Amino acid sequence: MRLELREITKQFPGVLANDRVSIAVDKGEVLGLLGENGAGKTTLMNILSGLYRPDSGAILIDGTERVFRDPAEAIAAGIGMVHQHFMLVPVFDVIESVALGAEPTTGPLGTFDRATARKQIIELSERYGLAVDPDAKIENLPVGVRQRVEILKALYRKSDILVLDEPSAVLTPQETEELFEIIRGLAKAGTSVIFITHKLNEVLAVADRITVLRRGAVAGNTTPSKADASSLAEMMVGREVQLTVSRGASKPGKPILQVQAMNVLDGRGGVAVHEASFEVHAGEILAVAGVQGNGQTELVEALTGLRPIDSGSLILDGNHLEGGSPRHIADAGVAHIPEDRSRDGMIKGMTVAENYVLNAYHRPPFSTGGRLDLKAIAARATQAVKDFDVRTPSIDTDIASLSGGNQQKVIVAREFGRDVRLVVAAQPTRGLDVGSIEYIHHRIVEQRDAGAAVLIVSTELDEVLALGDRVAVMYEGRIVGILDAKDATRERVGLLMGGAVA
Amino acid sequence: MTRLRKLLATIRLPAISVLVALLVGAIVIMLSDLEVLGKIPQDPLGAIVLGVQRVYLAYTSLLMGAFGDPAKFGKAIAAGGDAVLWAKAFRPITETLLASVPLMFVGLAVMVSFRTGVFNIGGEGQFMMGALGGTIAAIVLGGAGLPTPITILGVVALGALFGAAWAFIPGILKARVGASEVITTIMLNYIANLFIFFLLVNWELIQREDRTQPISKALDKFVVIPTILPIEALRLHLGFIVALLLAVVVSWFLWRTAKGFELRAAGLNLPAARYAGMGAASSVVIAMLISGAIAGIGGAFEVVGTVKQLTTAISGGVGFTAIAIALVGGTRPSGVVATSLVFGALRNGGALMGLNTGIPIDLLFFIQALVIMFIAAPSLTQRLIRSPFKRRVKEATA
Repeated sequence: MRLELREITKQFPGVLANDRVSIAVDKGEVLGLLGENGAGKTTLMNILSGLYRPDSGAILIDGTERVFRDPAEAIAAGIGMVHQHFMLVPVFDVIESVALGAEPTTGPLGTFDRATARKQIIELSERYGLAVDPDAKIENLPVGVRQRVEILKALYRKSDILVLDEPSAVLTPQETEELFEIIRGLAKAGTSVIFITHKLNEVLAVADRITVLRRGAVAGNTTPSKADASSLAEMMVGREVQLTVSRGASKPGKPILQVQAMNVLDGRGGVAVHEASFEVHAGEILAVAGVQGNGQTELVEALTGLRPIDSGSLILDGNHLEGGSPRHIADAGVAHIPEDRSRDGMIKGMTVAENYVLNAYHRPPFSTGGRLDLKAIAARATQAVKDFDVRTPSIDTDIASLSGGNQQKVIVAREFGRDVRLVVAAQPTRGLDVGSIEYIHHRIVEQRDAGAAVLIVSTELDEVLALGDRVAVMYEGRIVGILDAKDATRERVGLLMGGAVA
Repeated sequence: MTRLRKLLATIRLPAISVLVALLVGAIVIMLSDLEVLGKIPQDPLGAIVLGVQRVYLAYTSLLMGAFGDPAKFGKAIAAGGDAVLWAKAFRPITETLLASVPLMFVGLAVMVSFRTGVFNIGGEGQFMMGALGGTIAAIVLGGAGLPTPITILGVVALGALFGAAWAFIPGILKARVGASEVITTIMLNYIANLFIFFLLVNWELIQREDRTQPISKALDKFVVIPTILPIEALRLHLGFIVALLLAVVVSWFLWRTAKGFELRAAGLNLPAARYAGMGAASSVVIAMLISGAIAGIGGAFEVVGTVKQLTTAISGGVGFTAIAIALVGGTRPSGVVATSLVFGALRNGGALMGLNTGIPIDLLFFIQALVIMFIAAPSLTQRLIRSPFKRRVKEATA
């Protein structure tokens, strides 16, 4: 099927999310849709999947105009979405998950015809090379396989057009490679694929054609043979971009953070971090790589006092900090850029200034004798907004109305606004635009050069390789390898992330 | 200018909600009037005219009952210094203010807990326990012949203490074992009610002499809370001023102190509050203590200042109305005060409306409920007020 979105415009209060956007994908073609967060990719796909109605413009399938009033109509028209966050029921098995909502039925009572569903699913997975055990429970499947289940779900509903929204976010490089194989196979079999991403090398690897969105409008159309990473980045951002982080060699000093045989439990009685031991020295960046959900979150929470340490030691500057409260650890000189910016890093509904003093409000100069000094807070916040280039109408603006990049700058300004011995930064650039990523990286390297020890946790391999002076890899709660930057190739780190022994 | 615009933007939704609720109330008045209904088949136009007349009478009575009769003000001015005429003119408005006093106290109390993310449904129980504390203080201290100011201080202090103690129970249960405050506070409301019933029939200190009904001694024999206005018939007392002062104090506390900052942070985003090193559990307990103390002071003033005797009916559902007031008031002290005044006016004006038109005061509870509904569903309200013309234009371009 040929799908065309013609001159789609969608206006939200204050934002023109899509401005006369036209894209097209032919039968058996892979279209890479590239753009930063906030470029309008998601809005466009929500329009395609029937969640939103466009203000103007048309959706054409094989040349006829179609109107989708709800997602069911889009599905019926053959459009299948694979969302970034999987929509699967953990306790269902693969057959149930795939058939859910489109179950074949049998008998007078219309009971679920499992045998038929099973046959259809096995047939589909063989035809498209989507290897998956139909009887396995979802909760026992690795993320890469869950994604295949999502793709199967779409194919089971007879989708001729498959939309994949940031599909590689949760995959190892090897799993991503497998996904690309699947996509190529689907295209060969006649399925049209729209592949949404912000990763340049992925569109170059898998797409037949590339459409780049910038600020809600199409910034350009190209093909992988005519484009390269830097030309795509420039199209995406609208100016020339530095793709690598410029930084001098590290000059590691004495160890600042020492973690020895640390065990951390997850909330459900399992072990999230298993016997982790490592050191971070003054003036170096240790980057922790790993696929999401391999204990990095718990490690960071344990280091910053948000999660109890079951056993082992946490030593900062020679002082034991096990069992310390978040405030105690922060006061010892640990800056924490949290993984989940919206949940932990800031308080929506409070102003930029209030968020700036979120963990220092109780100290002079921000308060004396329990009373807030609003003048001092305003003065410091104004300065910080200027120093860290936060784009905000005023310091009294609700932080919720800022862009992700500017929110993160407020957090970084707050955390770096005091004497820092150790920086713990989890996913510091997740979901940010290229400009903000450059800026945050620059600031982190600056902390390193000023003599702080830096621990970065990232699931983006590019970020790990760009920033790490040494690279540690976590897999199933263990640190399975620590490599020097010169040995940390994409392949080696990727293999470790997938659980291969170093 | 921008401040004025900001203020208008804030009160837009509540104001519209009140107006729409009154409008719906008007329709209900018409449709519940048998005479109007009977007229519809023969004379629909006449029925509408009659209906509008009925609504007009009802709402003017409501306004006069709540704010006073302009004619009476005129008379009082013409007669000069006649205290009786002045009292008659001012009585409705002062009674409205008086009716809003308990609403303000408990509204503020509930607001503080909501701001901290604690859904305190126990304003009712804390108010009653505060009333009990006030009663005991009045009888003991007043009975001992202590000077009035000291007795009043004791009444306020014991009211606050009893209310805070009652609120401490669900607070500590939530902080320590994660018990849902919604459940515990509701249950404690019942316990407070029955506990007071038990004391009123068993404890000689507070029990009315020679009575077996659950009613306390007449409190004005022990202490009288001074009224604000120089005319004796106007009952508005010190509690009103204390409520306004408390609104200012609460505002200052929440927005100008480090503790208040913590409470607000915990209320908006508990994980982030933990991340920032704040003690989330202590925030819950502190919020409940403050909340209970304010509700308790409200109860003490109500029993000693207004009703002058303790019964189990002292609260009259104020704890639940207060939840609505806190929400309608945008969980801001100023909003709580303003909303309390509106609700107080509805309640007080309803009496005269009932007298003049025979429309039961229940209609006003219905209107109150509508106001809350419209506030709780802002998108519904927005749609109600959006002009149909505008909507059509939008659809045409879609």
